[in-house]
Amino acid sequence: MKRSLPVVVVVVLCGVLLTGADALQLARERAYPPAEVDDSALYLTSGRTLRRLTVSLNALAADVYWIRTLQYYGGAKRRLAGLAGVPEPPPLLAAASDYDQLYPLLDITTSLDPRFSVAYRFGAVFLAEAYPSGQGRPDLALRLLEKGIREQPDKWEYMEDAGFVHYWFEHNYSEAARWFERASEVPGAPNWLKPLAATTVAQGGDRRSSRVMWQAILESSTEEWLRKSAEHRLLQLRALDDLDALQRGVDSYVRQNGSDGLGWPALVRARVFPGLPVDPTGVPYELTPDARVQLSPRSPLLPLPTEPAKAVGTVS
Amino acid sequence: MKAIGDIAINAFRESVRDKVLYNLVLFAVLMMGASYLIGQLTAGQDVKIIKDLGLAATTIFGLFIAVFIGIGLVSKEVERRSIYSLLSKPIHRYHLIVGKYLGLSLTLLVNVTIMTVALYAVLFYMQWGVDPIAQRAWDAPALDPRILQAIGLIFVELMLVTGIALFFSTFSTPLLSAALTFGLVIVGHFSSDLRDFQDVVESSVAQWIARGIYWVLPNLAQFDVKAQVVHGQTVPAPYIAMAVGYAALYVAMLLVIAGFVFSRRDFK
Repeated sequence: MKRSLPVVVVVVLCGVLLTGADALQLARERAYPPAEVDDSALYLTSGRTLRRLTVSLNALAADVYWIRTLQYYGGAKRRLAGLAGVPEPPPLLAAASDYDQLYPLLDITTSLDPRFSVAYRFGAVFLAEAYPSGQGRPDLALRLLEKGIREQPDKWEYMEDAGFVHYWFEHNYSEAARWFERASEVPGAPNWLKPLAATTVAQGGDRRSSRVMWQAILESSTEEWLRKSAEHRLLQLRALDDLDALQRGVDSYVRQNGSDGLGWPALVRARVFPGLPVDPTGVPYELTPDARVQLSPRSPLLPLPTEPAKAVGTVS
Repeated sequence: MKAIGDIAINAFRESVRDKVLYNLVLFAVLMMGASYLIGQLTAGQDVKIIKDLGLAATTIFGLFIAVFIGIGLVSKEVERRSIYSLLSKPIHRYHLIVGKYLGLSLTLLVNVTIMTVALYAVLFYMQWGVDPIAQRAWDAPALDPRILQAIGLIFVELMLVTGIALFFSTFSTPLLSAALTFGLVIVGHFSSDLRDFQDVVESSVAQWIARGIYWVLPNLAQFDVKAQVVHGQTVPAPYIAMAVGYAALYVAMLLVIAGFVFSRRDFK
């Protein structure tokens, strides 16, 4: 006896049943919200042990850990970005922070696959970036890069990255120049590294040398993420220049007219500025009641880099 | 209905003949051995560990039965050619699928019931002679009736897994069915990762895909309340009702598809 229901009936029936099941699931999740997935626990912290355990599958295991690292970093970054205002950085020696598993995850990834170039390079950025965009731990970024250099002593990119970390996050320009110099001596290194080392020694920390550095990276890098990072940094440098120029205009206006009724419309009417000034991403700058020009909290350029040698060279 | 009942009873008898219930001996030995050893090893947490172990063993043993018996429900009939005599009888192929499913569910019910009795017996033994003041330090009493909530949901999960195994067995080989079922069981326990995918990716397409998969794949994580129960937390009745309702509808959908596929198979 062989009778079969028509396909349409089966499809509709299944659709109804699945919708019913999902409706119940939704109702249950609303009534009893499921706990957040907690990925902060790291059960095996020794990359060497994991390397033994994963035997011939260690490269695959490294990929899995790398994906987990990205999820961990991305999740923490998004969570922090969703918080009102920028949270205070955690104390350096705090037992736990939003990124406290980042270095162990990167360490395991690179122990499982010691030639995992992206893990060293991306990882160094994640670690070095100022909190809350990153962990704000350039020391850990340098440790990771030095591990990579031990594995591949001819990888000039890691040395270049170490130079950037010293330059941008530690503001240690002599050390940065030393790393750029070291990178330039590796066969196959790009020819702009040597002049960059010289510029860093001569004018370390000023906007002009920063601009030279990021412009060189933008033009020479084959890595999409590094080019994007360079573009972002160049926009930030432009914003810093803008802020200085705008502040000069505002200060001059206030000296002549006082600060009563101060605002962008008044400044535009007085022809101090041709129109509402916007930052390089198109977000209007803000003018505070005490006549300070600053980026809008909505600006994707925040946080701006600190300027350790502001007096040395402001380019406008 | 009588046909379905007869098929279910026969499927149950067959599993008994196949010595499926022998796993209970293993379970009993495991529990007795563990209760003795853990009593020597742990400091004050032995009741909790026995509960953890008993619930985990119930899940694992049940899972193996659900998968390995489930995938053979249809394929064995085809292999032994007994399918021909079955199909020559005045029954619909849907009856066969539903009957087989209920038969295995009955087997699982008997298994889980006996395991539950064994677990309570071991817990009674662990509790026996312990000072009532010392018992106050436990998160939950040894003979906590809330354990039944966890076991009930384990059984519901096993019924869903049986449905998945049966569904795959209607169109695939036993080996592939087992692999697919285990794969789906693993994915089903990690489906919350798909739900939270939007927290880690920017792409709205990827988010939609992840969300779609989350709603289509079975969510098995909701049946796991072992940790709460062992720590003495009550699982709310509406939660259990919704989880059971979800499983019922999902199993119904699996059986409809399985019946449909099976009804179109040609055994000539």
